[in-house]
Amino acid sequence: MLEINNLHVSIEEDGTEILKGLNLKIGAGEVHAIMGPNGSGKSTLASVLAGKDGYEITEGSVSFDGMDLLELDADVRAREGLFLAFQYPIELPGVSMSNFLKQAVSSVREHRGLDPLSAGDLLKMMKEKAALVHLDPSLKTRAVNEGFSGGEKKRNEIYQLAMLDPKLAILDETDSGLDIDALRIVADGVNTLRSPDRSFLVITHYQRLLDYIVPDFVHVLVGGKIVMTGGKELALELEEKGYDWIKGDASLAV
Amino acid sequence: MSDNSTELLHKVADSEYKYGFYTDIESDKAKIGLNEETVRFISAKKNEPEWLLEWRLKAYNHFVSLMESEKTPEWAHLTIPKIDLQGISYYSAPKQRPEYESLNEVDPELLNTFKRLGIPVQEQERLVGIVVDVVMDSVSVTTTFNAELDKNGIIFCSFGEAVQKHPDLVKKYLGRVVPYTDNYYAALNSAVFSDGSFCYIPKGVRCPVELSTYFRINESGTGQFERTLIIADEGSYVSYLEGCTAPQRDENQLHAAVVEILAMDDAEVKYSTIQNWYPGNAEGVGGIFNFVTKRGICEGDRSKISWTQLETGSSITWKYPSCILKGDHSVGEFYSVAFTKGRQQADTGTKMIHLGKNTSSTIISKGISAGNSQNAYRGLVRVNRNAENARNFSQCDSMLLGDRCGAHTYPYLEISNPSAKVEHEATTSKVGEDQIFYCKQRGISEIDAIKLIVNGFCKEILAQLPMEFAVEARNLLAIELEGSVG
Ligand SMILES: Nc1ncnc2c1ncn2[C@@H]1O[C@H](COP(=O)(O)OP(=O)(O)O)[C@@H](O)[C@H]1O
Ligand SMILES: [Mg+2]
Repeated sequence: MLEINNLHVSIEEDGTEILKGLNLKIGAGEVHAIMGPNGSGKSTLASVLAGKDGYEITEGSVSFDGMDLLELDADVRAREGLFLAFQYPIELPGVSMSNFLKQAVSSVREHRGLDPLSAGDLLKMMKEKAALVHLDPSLKTRAVNEGFSGGEKKRNEIYQLAMLDPKLAILDETDSGLDIDALRIVADGVNTLRSPDRSFLVITHYQRLLDYIVPDFVHVLVGGKIVMTGGKELALELEEKGYDWIKGDASLAV
Repeated sequence: MSDNSTELLHKVADSEYKYGFYTDIESDKAKIGLNEETVRFISAKKNEPEWLLEWRLKAYNHFVSLMESEKTPEWAHLTIPKIDLQGISYYSAPKQRPEYESLNEVDPELLNTFKRLGIPVQEQERLVGIVVDVVMDSVSVTTTFNAELDKNGIIFCSFGEAVQKHPDLVKKYLGRVVPYTDNYYAALNSAVFSDGSFCYIPKGVRCPVELSTYFRINESGTGQFERTLIIADEGSYVSYLEGCTAPQRDENQLHAAVVEILAMDDAEVKYSTIQNWYPGNAEGVGGIFNFVTKRGICEGDRSKISWTQLETGSSITWKYPSCILKGDHSVGEFYSVAFTKGRQQADTGTKMIHLGKNTSSTIISKGISAGNSQNAYRGLVRVNRNAENARNFSQCDSMLLGDRCGAHTYPYLEISNPSAKVEHEATTSKVGEDQIFYCKQRGISEIDAIKLIVNGFCKEILAQLPMEFAVEARNLLAIELEGSVG
């Protein structure tokens, strides 16, 4: 599904290298977690995969569903089925959720050769998917993320994930800032969306989320590289010992 | 802003005007040049009464005195090339003056023009009950009749027709709100105005349809000087729509219209405009100069006047639809979206003059600038000494698309009564790279993202427009943003 080989990424503006030879392979239907300390490059990886401007890829390759991902524009990646749940969702003043989703869903469906949804079907789908993460149906008239609480913003990301039916969903710290109830709602939503043809890359700083979304693999990202990979137990170990013991290892590895 | 986004925005900003085409209808022009003869020629052509000719001549003499004392207006944020007033023809009318019962009898060229503009006139008429009075090259060539209007005693006709059929009303109100001495271009308009629209809503009548006029500038080199007069008598209501697009041409054209509105006790007038004159090519050559004087007076108590405008066209726009709040408890509103791109310059805003007691005004202005354009909001809120408890709320937001354009805000306050409460908010934002990326991550193309964001920015203004007009407005904004991409 996704294969990242020796990925090196620098900030375009000042040339600072953030990702320093990252390798990662995700199979169809698998759930991978990436954990790592703040500033280790988790969001950078998510942004680069999603096609955000401002980064320079100096080395390496990424293939997504057989395509050269790095060749595709961000909107095409999304239509091809790559979804990013933002760590900090962006506000779009005056743009209603329903308008936004209508545009997004129709762009995606057109690209995938699906018939456009009728207004009625779209509304039905919106209602159904919003219920998945306990979002109020009145949300559709509100502007995208504007005035949303922290928890609403995160649930809104999962809601959009459900609407756009991606092949690979990257969740960037979707758990941060959520209380335990909200965390459960989000995790339940995600678990409902797990399927053999949908992979997940769950980025998190804390192990907590992985109690609810149980991953097949856990990777540890430190200093722009994956320094350790294991099963779900690795998350618990990290929780217990912190990142410092690995950081030591990582500095040896460089 | 990232290179890609910036590049796209520049492309958008440089995109060609899509409504450039001519309508080929024979016309009957005044000799080129401006002098007393011209004024007499126009008045005679239009078969006007003596008092109106005299009024025109007074305006002409006033204009001449302004010209001689070189009192041509100058504004901070506009660079206006010298306009050769002797180089234009001041009157042009289609040769025949047919009276049509229905649009089917209208010159197919004209209908074709509307089709290309994407305005299905007949459909609109049929579906939404709009009565369209088409002002094309100064003379109303077609007036669609609606029995509804007659039944209610509503007068809606060309200015010329009003002069013939309702001279008392015209004489009583012409120049009451905008005297010919008001400003340079108002003086010019008063001297040489060719036609326009006239509207009278009798006491207690709620006009059942939206009154709509499409203005077109059509003859090459013809100055267009329309005059609109709207009178809403006690307790009446009317919603008036003015929309315009102009054909492409090579030389700059002067458009100096005057609109006057009077609202008596408890009357309400909603005046909506879509302005889409030809803005010139990417270098700014050939666009329309749009110098308009629009003013309404809330003459009566509890009266209300709302101006809503979407300004996307013209190479230079100078326009301040204003309200004089004379009646107690009267209300003035100004809602504006001004979009500029290429080399366009817009200096627009409003004046709210509070005279009566307990008057209130609201100003919401949204400026969107792209390309190398300059977009300025200029607004005055004046509260006179006797205007107890005046209220004003002003909000001026600017959005920049790209990094070569400018947005400017000039709010002026003149408060002479301490009981006044005045609030002003202003913001300037760039269409964020983050916002565009967020949309793209959902599969939305960059151009669609920009459209969404800009539409969102203008939402509260577009919501003020009558429904079908709002749709047109949104389409127009989309076309403006589209450019060579998408
Ligand atoms: N656009 C950017 N400009 C400058 N520095 C950046 C940018 N994006 C990320 N960084 C830097 O890259 C490093 C990794 O950041 P990030 O990927 O957000 O880490 P994480 O998500 O793991 O906390 C940090 O030091 C951060 O300051
Ligand atoms: Mg992060």
